[in-house]
Amino acid sequence: MAKVPVQFTLNGAEKAEFVDSGTTLLHALRDKIGDTSPKGGCHQGTCGACSVIIDGELRLSCLTLAETCNGAEIRTTSGLAEAGVLHPLQRAFLDAFATQCGFCTPGMIMAAKVLLDHTPNPSREEVVEALSGNICRCTGYEPIIQAVLRAARANSQNAA
Amino acid sequence: MALTLQTFSTVKDANAALMAEGTRYLGGGTLAVRAANEGDVSVSSLVRVTETSLSAIAVSGGDARLGASVTMAAIARHPELAALAPAARAVGGPAIRNMATVGGNLFAPAPYGDFTVALLALDAIVATEDSEVPIQTFLAGRDTSRAIVTGVTFVLPRAESFRFLKVSRVKPKGVSVLSIATLLERTADGTVTSARIALGCMADRPMRARAAEKALLGCKLTAEEIALALAAAGEGTSPITDPVASAWYRNEVLPVHLGRLLLA
Repeated sequence: MAKVPVQFTLNGAEKAEFVDSGTTLLHALRDKIGDTSPKGGCHQGTCGACSVIIDGELRLSCLTLAETCNGAEIRTTSGLAEAGVLHPLQRAFLDAFATQCGFCTPGMIMAAKVLLDHTPNPSREEVVEALSGNICRCTGYEPIIQAVLRAARANSQNAA
Repeated sequence: MALTLQTFSTVKDANAALMAEGTRYLGGGTLAVRAANEGDVSVSSLVRVTETSLSAIAVSGGDARLGASVTMAAIARHPELAALAPAARAVGGPAIRNMATVGGNLFAPAPYGDFTVALLALDAIVATEDSEVPIQTFLAGRDTSRAIVTGVTFVLPRAESFRFLKVSRVKPKGVSVLSIATLLERTADGTVTSARIALGCMADRPMRARAAEKALLGCKLTAEEIALALAAAGEGTSPITDPVASAWYRNEVLPVHLGRLLLA
């Protein structure tokens, strides 16, 4: 099958690969580029485990074809920590026990990051809405909601 | 997965490519890529168009035109489309809304297609490159239609005349048990002079509740006066049965939810 070139920025770094036409972004990220932070859950757009940020918007990498991302700026959870220091959202997820099996966590964190990028001090309702496309089968959601609120508070304290 | 993607800069060229067997149009990917992921081997090639007019929203003089590639998120945040925001927000979670398009929603099988229910109540016109058809005609023929939808046009409803409700059992977001959109014109004393009621999940695609619409004419929106309309709501329905709800259940609860929407 014909390979097609794809070129985009992943967490600030230029990436170029040849993929089979019709390859999903999730597949390209995990199996070609080696970023396994987005997870393949349902492949139907239901679970949100594959959520990534493309040009500032939350998207599902399992339903996005890699070749439609040429020139895009893609962000995943693996690019959040800087110089070994966890991102405030990652720190909050640990501190609030918002992770159990961890499978949904990268998607949850991406969804939460988009929320906090636009709404630094969200209400609980806004957090629930922002995470409404992400399914967690372990935590019962409450620790995740608390983690996002905690990260928002930490951000605003750092900014003050 | 043997799937190829063809990208065209014009709808005309893409329409020509779609004539080939095994091709399907790719909008936001929430239907077409999902089908491929689920192992649908009937599609071997996806076709997409990058024409920017497909992503345009135009509102002028009380009329609105949404390009087929306009996303649910773009509708939900557009200040002049506030009346439609609840219907756009009813679709999926935030990531899905950044991807799912107006054009795709027109083809979404039940239990999906909540936004199309709103468009049906608005009696929208569905445009392709060389035709414009009323949405009801479009929906009836959508299984065999091959031409790319370029956009929809409709008269913007006044906020007080348009209502939308999606019922789902999972909170805050879940697949529809059913959805209802109503467009009611009323006189100063509240008497209904015209009514359009569209239902989602009550057939394999959005449908009008004609009997209920007729029964509502001349009524005021009180529990007593709408009773006949509610009794007629299930006329002609043929709801889907899926893991969310059975056809029987959907028929049972339809009058309850329609009543709540009308009395809200």
